[in-house]
Amino acid sequence: MSAAGQDAARGDETPPGDVLVRVRDLVKHFPITRGIVFQKKIGAVRAVDGVSLEIERGETLGIVGETGCGKSTTAKLLMRLLDATGGEIDFEGTDITRVKGARLKAVRREVQMIFQDPYSSLNPRKTVGSIIGEPFAIHRLMREKGERKREVQRLMETVGLNPEHYNRYPHEFSGGQRQRIGVARALALNPKLLIADEPVSALDVSIQAQVLNLLRDLQRRLGLTVVFIAHDLSVVRHMCDRVAVMYLGKIVEIGPNEALYEFPRHPYTGALLAAVPVADPSLHGSARRLLSGDVPSPANPPSGCRFHTRCPKAQPLCSTQEPPLQDKGSGTLVACHYPLSHEEVAEIGVRSAR
Amino acid sequence: MNAAASSPPGEPLLRVEDLRVEFPTEDGVVHAVDGITYQVHSGRTLGIVGESGSGKTVSSLTTLGLTRRQGARISGRILFEGQDLVTLPEDELRAIRGDDIAMIFQDPLSSLHPLYTVGRQLTEAVRAHRDVSRAQARERAIELLGLVGIPDPARRVDEYPHEFSGGMRQRAMIAMALANEPKLLIADEPTTALDVTVQAQILALMERLQRELGMAIVIITHDLGVVAEMADDIAVMYAGRIVETASAARVFAAPEHPYTWGLLKSIPTLYGPREEDLFPIPGTPPSLISPPSGCHFHPRCPYVQPDHTRIDPQLQPVGDEPGHHVACLLEPDVRRRLWEQLGAGRTPEEALAEVSPGAPA
Repeated sequence: MSAAGQDAARGDETPPGDVLVRVRDLVKHFPITRGIVFQKKIGAVRAVDGVSLEIERGETLGIVGETGCGKSTTAKLLMRLLDATGGEIDFEGTDITRVKGARLKAVRREVQMIFQDPYSSLNPRKTVGSIIGEPFAIHRLMREKGERKREVQRLMETVGLNPEHYNRYPHEFSGGQRQRIGVARALALNPKLLIADEPVSALDVSIQAQVLNLLRDLQRRLGLTVVFIAHDLSVVRHMCDRVAVMYLGKIVEIGPNEALYEFPRHPYTGALLAAVPVADPSLHGSARRLLSGDVPSPANPPSGCRFHTRCPKAQPLCSTQEPPLQDKGSGTLVACHYPLSHEEVAEIGVRSAR
Repeated sequence: MNAAASSPPGEPLLRVEDLRVEFPTEDGVVHAVDGITYQVHSGRTLGIVGESGSGKTVSSLTTLGLTRRQGARISGRILFEGQDLVTLPEDELRAIRGDDIAMIFQDPLSSLHPLYTVGRQLTEAVRAHRDVSRAQARERAIELLGLVGIPDPARRVDEYPHEFSGGMRQRAMIAMALANEPKLLIADEPTTALDVTVQAQILALMERLQRELGMAIVIITHDLGVVAEMADDIAVMYAGRIVETASAARVFAAPEHPYTWGLLKSIPTLYGPREEDLFPIPGTPPSLISPPSGCHFHPRCPYVQPDHTRIDPQLQPVGDEPGHHVACLLEPDVRRRLWEQLGAGRTPEEALAEVSPGAPA
């Protein structure tokens, strides 16, 4: 791990196709137990169940899906905030799935997170200066006081906060400004990978746009590698280069932004896109095909393709054989035996389709 | 759906006139709702759009008399079928609430009682307003659960809220609101806590029930996509006031208020060029204790002129478009040209340089 001596020069161009993180068959099962003293395992919630993906340097990878699909668990596994049940996470060619102690701390320095709620993720008793400077304290960097203050103020300026507010407390800032504090803290150590878990979903629309613009500007200026997790498909389209769609702990479709939004192949991707309400009454002529029912329990997922219980195209094969992620000739990898055709995409009412 | 814009003839079902709601607090008086007027006809949907703290929830809670106990000072009139709800005694209001007017709240888990079965809560809603036997009320509860699309309602009626999924709880809430076939349904962020596929199901359900029962709906939301799908007419609220109101088609195609422009230009869309930057509204919503002088939006308005900090704009009709009103001090001609520029993808600054509203047109 080259982490320890890593430093600033992150802005310089890295060639595309250079893989930073490689995830193989990642699995996270949370045990369901019965009994208090003599606990017996009676099952498992299969939150993440065999996820493989690659994150290239300098790209923004979006992960979308509904509640309980495993997108936040995937993020926590990447951060090593949870230990994987199985599979492998390679970070710059090193397996970090089970590292401990000092080596884990070195990994944590390279992967930073922006949290959803800008109210509960900042300690109300600390000044903004010490919140943003805390990563330096933890990793024993910038130990000279003046140096640390200068660096924190530079970060505050980077994210559009007034450096003179160094000694203010979080309650003196609005929601959007607080989220900027969270971004500055995440950027402090110049991480190689930034994970943003629903960074704007707690904000009002006008403020949401301020934070999205900031993140997009930082992406471009600093060449950040970002995993962007959100349930809002319009926001993900705006922010991401590539998008992975998750359903019940698995990736059902992954590919470049344009390909996925213009020609979704998995019936679930199509249904998600068709369900997004569009802020334009003139586009509402055609009826949409809506999914029926609810997401099944991840403790007892359906056999074969996990989507077959709700899929309008399901055939007998779908309930017995699990489809692998494959290239079906439209630019995305899709896990489906009977992917959507152009006609079907138009029929279910996907407004982003070509 | 989004039919023609003009208001249907006849008396509106609900007419709110110059409603003001103030809460005295230690820090001063909060002007939560500051003189709003709107109306809804039977079978129509009004969307109230605004950010947190714009007064959209307080105005609808007041319609149901739910701010009375919080020490609110209420003035103005809320005419429901000709009866003024502001001055109605509490017991008469209680007879209307849950019967002729029902409400759906944002969070279905905290709006259902965890210790009672869903069926018991539904029968309670029925028996509060109808003189029917327990067995009849239970029949009605099962029928309602079926109506909102809950599978196997005869079994589900005996389950507790925690046994329902998020979408099913929201359906149960809707079933409860519909228990007595209300004439007016107020839905406060009814789908905000839900996933998109479930949201689409719930919105489709509300539209279907509106067609079948002919009720009027007031839907309160911050989501422009949801109002575009649901509403016939839209009222945009800012700092306790309605700043623009028009048919849904009109609000999205030819908005007149700079705040409405800001909202429309700050959301990413599923279509349209992806590289286009968002134009956020600068600053933050104002304090409702000491709102800005003049036009309340002026500190955040890119097109502000010197006298806008002094003069308080009133809602004025826009051109000859029936039902379109806006509270903005810019000249109508200047507004039209600014929106043309914004529609062509220019930034507010570029649009301003092009139009220069200070100079005579």
